[in-house]
Amino acid sequence: MGYEAGQYDVIVIGAGHAGVEAALASARQGAKTLVLTINLDMVAFMPCNPSVGGPAKGIVVREIDALGGEMGRNIDKTHIQMRMLNTGKGPAVRALRAQADKFQYQHEMKNTLEKEPNLTLLQGIVERLIVEDGECRGVITQTGAHYRAKAVVMTTGTYLRGRIILGDLSYSSGPNNQQPSIKLSEHLEELGFDLVRFKTGTPPRVKSDTIDYSKTEIQPGDDVPRAFSYETVEYITDQLPCWLTYTSPETHEIIDSNLHRSPMYSGMIKGTGPRYCPSIEDKVVRFNDKPRHQIFLEPEGRNTQEVYVQGLSTSLPEDVQQRMLATIPGLENVQMMRAGYAIEYDAIVPTQLWPTLETKKITNLYTAGQINGTSGYEEAAGQGIMAGINAGRKALGKEEVILSRSDAYIGVLIDDLVTKGTNEPYRLLTSRAEYRLLLRHDNADLRLTEIGHRIGLISDERYAAFEKKKAAIEAEKKRLHSVIIKPSPENQEYIRSLGGSELKDGVRGTDLMKRPEMNYETVTKLAPPEVPVPQDVAEQVEIQVKYEGYIEKSLQQVEKLKKMENKKIPDRIDYDAIKGIATEARQKLKNVRPLSVAQASRISGVNPADISILLVYLEQGRIAKIAE
Amino acid sequence: MDTIAAISTPMGEGAIAIVRLSGPEAIQIADKIYKGPKGKTLSSVESHTIHYGHIVDRPSDRVVEEVMVSVLKAPRTFTREDVIEINCHGGIVTVNQVLQLALREGARLAEPGEFTKRAFLNGRIDLSQAEAVMDLIRAKTDRAMNVAMNQMEGRLSALVRRLRSEILETLAHVEVNIDYPEYDDVEEMTHQILVEKATAVKKEIETLLRTSEQGKILREGLSTVIIGRPNVGKSSLLNSLVHEAKAIVTDIPGTTRDVIEEYVNVRGVPLRLVDTAGIRETEDIVERIGVERSRQVLKEADLILLVLNYSEELSEEDVKLFEAVEGMDVIVILNKTDLEPKIDTERVRELANGRPVVTTSLLKEEGINDLEEAIQSLFYTGAIESGDLTYVSNTRHITILQQAKRAIEDALSGIEQDVPIDMVQIDLTRCWELLGEIIGDSVHESLIDQLFSQFCLGK
Repeated sequence: MGYEAGQYDVIVIGAGHAGVEAALASARQGAKTLVLTINLDMVAFMPCNPSVGGPAKGIVVREIDALGGEMGRNIDKTHIQMRMLNTGKGPAVRALRAQADKFQYQHEMKNTLEKEPNLTLLQGIVERLIVEDGECRGVITQTGAHYRAKAVVMTTGTYLRGRIILGDLSYSSGPNNQQPSIKLSEHLEELGFDLVRFKTGTPPRVKSDTIDYSKTEIQPGDDVPRAFSYETVEYITDQLPCWLTYTSPETHEIIDSNLHRSPMYSGMIKGTGPRYCPSIEDKVVRFNDKPRHQIFLEPEGRNTQEVYVQGLSTSLPEDVQQRMLATIPGLENVQMMRAGYAIEYDAIVPTQLWPTLETKKITNLYTAGQINGTSGYEEAAGQGIMAGINAGRKALGKEEVILSRSDAYIGVLIDDLVTKGTNEPYRLLTSRAEYRLLLRHDNADLRLTEIGHRIGLISDERYAAFEKKKAAIEAEKKRLHSVIIKPSPENQEYIRSLGGSELKDGVRGTDLMKRPEMNYETVTKLAPPEVPVPQDVAEQVEIQVKYEGYIEKSLQQVEKLKKMENKKIPDRIDYDAIKGIATEARQKLKNVRPLSVAQASRISGVNPADISILLVYLEQGRIAKIAE
Repeated sequence: MDTIAAISTPMGEGAIAIVRLSGPEAIQIADKIYKGPKGKTLSSVESHTIHYGHIVDRPSDRVVEEVMVSVLKAPRTFTREDVIEINCHGGIVTVNQVLQLALREGARLAEPGEFTKRAFLNGRIDLSQAEAVMDLIRAKTDRAMNVAMNQMEGRLSALVRRLRSEILETLAHVEVNIDYPEYDDVEEMTHQILVEKATAVKKEIETLLRTSEQGKILREGLSTVIIGRPNVGKSSLLNSLVHEAKAIVTDIPGTTRDVIEEYVNVRGVPLRLVDTAGIRETEDIVERIGVERSRQVLKEADLILLVLNYSEELSEEDVKLFEAVEGMDVIVILNKTDLEPKIDTERVRELANGRPVVTTSLLKEEGINDLEEAIQSLFYTGAIESGDLTYVSNTRHITILQQAKRAIEDALSGIEQDVPIDMVQIDLTRCWELLGEIIGDSVHESLIDQLFSQFCLGK
């Protein structure tokens, strides 16, 4: 019949990448937190590619770290390789990516959860929520345990009514043959949530010592030590390489002649898959003029032979997968250890959420990660930490935190989800951020440490170090602005040697740095500081000085946005009472219930004329108030 | 909301002129300057009634004007606020005095388009109506009307959309490079390709801007000044142009300007005749060319009609006039062919330096056809008269196009200075967003303000 199992401030359902961040953020804020997971061996499991970071995603990891989250620290301890991507482009799009030792990653994260004082980690399958008066007050597990809490965070990943599809084989399952969560999904429908069916997939894994690496290109990690976390001081130097190979015409032939056996094309798969992460059969069909596609071979860890075949995500039958692999240079004799598969799962339509990630339908209930229609570990973790922060704060009676689009990629991600919704598994791209020059890899700490400290996730010690860094940046900028570099023969000689044109007159250090051929290092050769500044300070100074004009432009845009953000829409607004708004826009507005005019203007289907009318209506309200 | 006031009829020789007030204090302010029969006050009368009385300058009670005052109470008014309309006898001086008194008593001078803006803000008309109204009220001639219609039908939109999709393609290309750095299927967008694309975009924007010059003329009229020594027939020329034109539209876009303008339509070319009152007032008295104000008018003119007396020798003053209009579009008119010719026509042609010279007898109504033809051919030179061009005739659009052009120029200079591609992208994106504002794909808070400031005051 069930039993009372305990009282908590916050309960987190699921311990994937969203769940662990939510749980840690909640617990570290002082909320007594319980995490329930279907399988304790699957904490922070990576069911797909063994890597963390990349464009946009890598910046999210930095942001999580700046807010006091765990993903950055954890990957710093457990990676096998790190690379900075886009180094040839500007600082705004540089992104760090790490190849993870996926097993070590899990163990390390699980251990971190276990050590957290305010946190309880238990195995259990949640089947129902305890909902009273429209408020979520706890959960009920398969075994009848009633856990009570002030707030609940659901991070169910692909477990909700999960179904694995492999050729003509199809069975109910979570990722990697885990037990799926069927009842909870049905319960959500009962509660009145709109659910959608999404699909994602994973490629086969092959055995390393059956690969002929001589036929592939090596992809080593960077020589310079890298880290995601601002706290990391110890770097892993022993790195493992990845390898690059390509599909061949034979691969494409095999796919073509077996398309009838693909569940994608037989109609067996109903869920919507992500466009940016297509299966190999999709790529071959849609881009049939391409003679070959890239295949990256990525080790899954240091103590395993398993290698992830990136680029070969597929749900073709097992035998076809085997034959496909054999046509790829280097994989002629490869042994496939696990087949790739597609997985379908339920997600909730994310416009049912407030920007705090609390559901509109049921208060004190939060959702994060794939359940909200996203894909990717980083996207999940970014939502997880925000849901954890807000659930914890709600339980502790504190004001919730919302990051704006100009604060962080996490802000962009959540705003996109709750404002626009998504028709496919959502992935962050740098192009989704309109202020990406401000949302850089290098300045995540400058953007978010303040918030992390205020909510209690960043220690005073770390905050003091941050303040020191900030002051050092300002001081060095000031120094370079006041220092004049004279057109002395030696200086001219040096500048010429860098390919620059000679100085006509004395010039400020900051102005000289703005020249294309100059940077912090070369300018400080001519005007060295009394004491050399730390590398991260120098990097900040260089970026802030060199790209000042562009940063300024972005800031001006943010100012405009802020004006619209500050035009709040009261929740009691009656959209039916506003004449002139188009029917579609009215429905969308009623559904999304935007908090500000800025958010309203981002809803697809709400056009500028509707926004103008809304502005007029709000203005009238303001006028009426003044007149009263 | 404060109370605003303005003269809402065209300034000039109309039989009546109206000073309009709108806002919560409109009636109280009007009462402070109104003196009704038997001590009647406007606050005590019914809405939508009209009242005889005087506008007085208190406390001396000096009578300024004899008026009829309409009292229109909210909400059944144009602005949905209390509105007072003071009908004066006309004449710039007294109407201005009435306005000044209203301002002294607490009204604020309306900004351009503010009455319409209030009507909009108070829910009286919607934005799309306002957009269309704006161009329609500005369309001074049939041709201008066609341009306005074209624009509304989306010809400009189609062009801008095409331009945007070109930029978007480039943007997408750069984005792929950034978001998928290891993806070798897409060629790297190099600075060189980017220069080509950005230059093409810049050219298209420039073309649109060039046609906007044409569009501006259609909408606002060719600013035209008649100059000449006293008694050469400037007034006759003005009268005959005004007389000939079937549709006389008059308008004035500001209260403080005392230069009077009249619109005439000469064979589809809209002329905005500047300083006509000046000509009318001063024709018989003294000539005032050389007055500072007239110089200013000259400088801003699109077309100058220089009138010379056919029956007199070319004077020193005439030569000075030629000097004053050097390098400008001028039509030289040799008037009074009904009298004995004395002017050195060879010398005149020399001074005209290739610009058209026509001979007229305005008195006998001769040569007017030649003049109209000259005006027409001056305006429709080359390909302009294709009838199929998309004109950009909206000031808001022109401003945005100029900003878009600057953005694309910034992008180009960034490329030149070897700025990273994702920074160049910022300017490219900005260009794309700006163009979006033209077709309403992105909205700005300031849009409403900008839009309404284009309205003629008082409408």
